[in-house]
Amino acid sequence: MQYKNTHLLSPGHRGCAGCGQLLAARHVVDALGKNTIVACATGCLEVTTTPYPESAWRVPWIHSLFENAPAVATGILSALKAKGVANFSSRQLERRLKSATPPVNTNVAVFAGDGSTFDIGFGALSGLWTRRDNILYVCFDNEAYMNTGNQYSGATPYGSATETSSANDSLGNDFFKKNMPKIAAAHNVSYIATSTIGYPEDIVAKVKKSLTFCGPRYIQILVGCVPGWGYNPELTIELGRLAHQSGHYPVLEIENGKLSKVMKVPAKRPQVEEYLKPQKRFSHLFKTDCGKEKIKQMQCLADQNVERYGLV
Amino acid sequence: MIKFQEGSETIAETIRLCRPKVIAAYPITPQTHIVESLARSNTKDFEYILAESEMSAASIVLGASATGVRTYTATSSQGLLLMTEVLFDIAGLRLPVVMTCANRAVSAPINIWNDEQDIMTIRDAGWIILFAESNQQAADLHIQAYKIAEKISLPVAVCVDGFALTHTFEAVELRDQKMIDKFLPKYQPKKESFLDPENPVTLGGLCTPATYMPIRKNMHQDLLTSKKIIKETFLKFNNLFSVKKIFGDCKISDGLIEYSGPNNPELVFIASGSVLGTIKSTYDYNLRQKNKIGVLNIKSLRPFPDKEIINFISKIKPKNIAVIDRSISLGQTGILFSEIKTACYGKAGVKIKNFIMGLGGKNITPKDIQNIVINFKSKSEFQFVL
Repeated sequence: MQYKNTHLLSPGHRGCAGCGQLLAARHVVDALGKNTIVACATGCLEVTTTPYPESAWRVPWIHSLFENAPAVATGILSALKAKGVANFSSRQLERRLKSATPPVNTNVAVFAGDGSTFDIGFGALSGLWTRRDNILYVCFDNEAYMNTGNQYSGATPYGSATETSSANDSLGNDFFKKNMPKIAAAHNVSYIATSTIGYPEDIVAKVKKSLTFCGPRYIQILVGCVPGWGYNPELTIELGRLAHQSGHYPVLEIENGKLSKVMKVPAKRPQVEEYLKPQKRFSHLFKTDCGKEKIKQMQCLADQNVERYGLV
Repeated sequence: MIKFQEGSETIAETIRLCRPKVIAAYPITPQTHIVESLARSNTKDFEYILAESEMSAASIVLGASATGVRTYTATSSQGLLLMTEVLFDIAGLRLPVVMTCANRAVSAPINIWNDEQDIMTIRDAGWIILFAESNQQAADLHIQAYKIAEKISLPVAVCVDGFALTHTFEAVELRDQKMIDKFLPKYQPKKESFLDPENPVTLGGLCTPATYMPIRKNMHQDLLTSKKIIKETFLKFNNLFSVKKIFGDCKISDGLIEYSGPNNPELVFIASGSVLGTIKSTYDYNLRQKNKIGVLNIKSLRPFPDKEIINFISKIKPKNIAVIDRSISLGQTGILFSEIKTACYGKAGVKIKNFIMGLGGKNITPKDIQNIVINFKSKSEFQFVL
């Protein structure tokens, strides 16, 4: 029997074996369904799926620039609204003008990496949130500029080695990761969730749940990058789980401004070290006393997460 | 209906008559009056989106245009430069966005007054770039801009001089809604050319060296083809709206260039935008005939009317040409000047000199214009008129 692939992100793209982002994106777009328009920021997701004249996408999809995907999505949504107006009866129109979020059946989503989300496209994203546009923003967080070969971004975790943050001391990144879910919450984003590629069912459930909310929604998914993080491709799912289970990357939901749900960590919580060890980007930390001190600090950060978000 | 009103209001009213579905903008002097007027409009007609930067304003109209609706934005100066990356992308994606550029000087030093440095700086972006000489032309050019943009799938920038046009009251004939609807029917892009879940397409994919260059070549060819469309649209518009020639000595007017003056003139001024009004009032119909002075209006910067300029030179036979530039490619010459010299290379035996004037809103007086005529022979090939 011939296998018929019906995924909305089809195989045959140029993603690396074990790519966490491509796997997550497939689950996200399948959960969104056919009636979806995607605005994608520049990055691996765009490069690997759309070598002209080919495309791996079975939904309408546009890539414009690195930093403007949120604004492009606003434009898409406005055009859909404007088109909808023409078909509305005057009573419907009246209702529509009164309601803060007019009914548009088509889902509008932004797919972006951490570089465009945390750094270069941050202003546009803040604008989208402030306008309260009915758009789902999905950040595939692989914690550095991986498409250009692992340079530091605002999402790079403390201690991680990148090509631009470890030249001077061998201790890796000195900055703390920007807390985007908190920043989203400060914008009163209706639904905020984090997840990791370790839990595909959790990703699907959160995408579906996000569709029941009006206004802006933000989902941030930790996705492993095989060449950037430097691990064996078969570990993508395992590392996604360890990131959560160690408390290093909390998996949570914030609904209408309130922390509503967290994914609990196991009673016998793995040490952060277990998560760091298989990854080349942290290997320098195991070589020196200073590095080992830094691992201890990272364990402290994870412990703080467990306490702060009630992960046990 | 003839109205006496500010240029910005004329532009805003004309845009409303063109029925765009999505408008997005970010405020910058001297564009503000246009977008304020549009934002005050009845929102049933279009979505007016508040952008948090020009980068986003341009991106919003990009997204809306890619979803298949008529769009509009307006900006100036620093705003246009902040949009630069998006402007190239809009053109490359072949989206028929229409934008007003209220021309203004560029920092540093910061200066809010009029010159043409902003639009000249983005001339390679792939946009059709048209200049208005008066508020009436500004109104009419916007209507034509949509027609041209949607026909060839390229964006059009309509340039109006900041303050000199945007903030100046002039009597204008506002075109009739029914006639505009006839001239500019509802925008209906081709199936599978826009974002639509019924017909999923991928826009803005990655092009390798094998596929990139043919696409860029295609864009260039279509920009050249747009000359014909600009000319046709201009004629069609003038016929439908019964536009009459204002100047009795107007010998050439085809949508790309316009010449007013005698045959075999001693000197022809070449310029674009509102400075043409200053030149034409300094040398009115009678003085133009008497002093053998002509005025050539470059209405289209892109596509550049090179062949049309050569034809003009061989037909009208000017002895000398003074190119007035209100912008400069620092370290080279005025931008219009270098374009015209390139067009004329090896083809025209005419003396061409460049006068940089009006930067940062420096007033261009009739005396400045007369001085060029009187002292043309003793002038060097390039100078600042300070």
